[in-house]
Amino acid sequence: MIRADGIYKSFDENEVLKDINMVFEPGKTNLIIGRSGAGKTVLLKLLVGLFQPTDGKVWYDDIDFFSLDKKQMREIRMQVGMLFQGSALFDSMTVEENIRFPLDMFTNNTVAEKKKRVNDCLARVDLDGTNNQYPSEISGGMQKRVGIARAIVLNPKYLFCDEPNSGLDPKTSILIDQLISSITEEYNITTVINTHDMNSVMEIGEKIALLHMGKLVWIGNKEEVMENDNEFLQAFVFASPFLQRLREEATGSK
Amino acid sequence: MDDIGIGSLVIVCLIAIFIGAVTAVQFSYQLGGQLIPRYYIGYIVRDMTIIELAPTFTCLVLAGKVGSNIASEIGGMRQKEHIDAMEIMGVNTAAFLILPRLIAAMVVIPMLVCIAAFVSIGGAYLASVPTGLFSAAEFIKGLRYTFEPYNVTMMLIKAFVFAFILTTVACYQGYYVQRGSIELGKASTNAVVFGDVLILIADYLIAVVLTS
Repeated sequence: MIRADGIYKSFDENEVLKDINMVFEPGKTNLIIGRSGAGKTVLLKLLVGLFQPTDGKVWYDDIDFFSLDKKQMREIRMQVGMLFQGSALFDSMTVEENIRFPLDMFTNNTVAEKKKRVNDCLARVDLDGTNNQYPSEISGGMQKRVGIARAIVLNPKYLFCDEPNSGLDPKTSILIDQLISSITEEYNITTVINTHDMNSVMEIGEKIALLHMGKLVWIGNKEEVMENDNEFLQAFVFASPFLQRLREEATGSK
Repeated sequence: MDDIGIGSLVIVCLIAIFIGAVTAVQFSYQLGGQLIPRYYIGYIVRDMTIIELAPTFTCLVLAGKVGSNIASEIGGMRQKEHIDAMEIMGVNTAAFLILPRLIAAMVVIPMLVCIAAFVSIGGAYLASVPTGLFSAAEFIKGLRYTFEPYNVTMMLIKAFVFAFILTTVACYQGYYVQRGSIELGKASTNAVVFGDVLILIADYLIAVVLTS
């Protein structure tokens, strides 16, 4: 479980996050949604400690993350996997070396054990046999899957995904969503996803938080999205006339 | 180590040859017709090369070649979120990315400076002896004349200090680069400019301290 407790974040005079209070539950896909510039990425990066909050606390279970020293923080981070918007795969390394990187850094496993773990992770994301390819030689969707494989290679307790569907076609987006969702359930991971993809919201949104201008304006789940009349939620989710029509048909309301 | 050392060998040698050649030709012209023995030119070339030209020129060139390369490489990693990815994995990125480059530079650059000194003296020989400016015997006598081993120590101290400066400045510029390709270009340029300026200041300070 991760808990954001009264988080404020400012860059100079610009207040990006204002009084964020939320619990990210284990075994669930927790989605942070909102328009571009709402503060989603800042919140995500703050939760993993890449930014310090101006005020407030982040709790990993019962541990106040920002009160830890660097060494203790590193121990928590070893339980964290993160999928970046651009995958952030190391260009000079092969797929296998990318996935093996955390194992090389933090385990004393033998070469054979590492190889087996890498192959298991590659099989989990349906990329068997791509070990020796370089990131530049595979598609964007495959890069995301390699990113997921790297994120889960150390069996993390917490998984963060920054815009996992950006730049992907709808079909690949659905595959990535399903993969993240099933991994979350399978390993009982606390997964936090930052997205503005409505497919993701409706498919895997077990807990959804809507950010608007740095403020948390709605928390619910995918079932509640259709019925809730929160003005910010409606303006965001049903921004397109097409989705607006679908909603009207589904609920029978105008 | 390969990038910094072997990758820079050709450019360092090329510059060293011409520096040695120009020094010999220039001093031969300046001292021609005076009452100074001709073998003094070999002596001047040797000491100028060892004390000043080899370490300073080599490191100024390396600040351009290696410094900009390091700044772009680390800056690119910062912009593509590679450094963030490592941080989240719990990797100490400063130690992981900067320390190996620093150690490699501190080992390899003094070697390159030594090679540059030899090549530069070779360049001076090639530019003066076959062209008849003075004889091989005069040149070699000059090279051997009142050789002071302390000058080599000074050269190595300069090489270590300059290597430290050019690497740390470049790593700093790359590590703290902001978003955008323009910022990356600026970081690369700053690595060279600040590196060069600091090397020249350090050169003066070392000269003052070690010769006083």
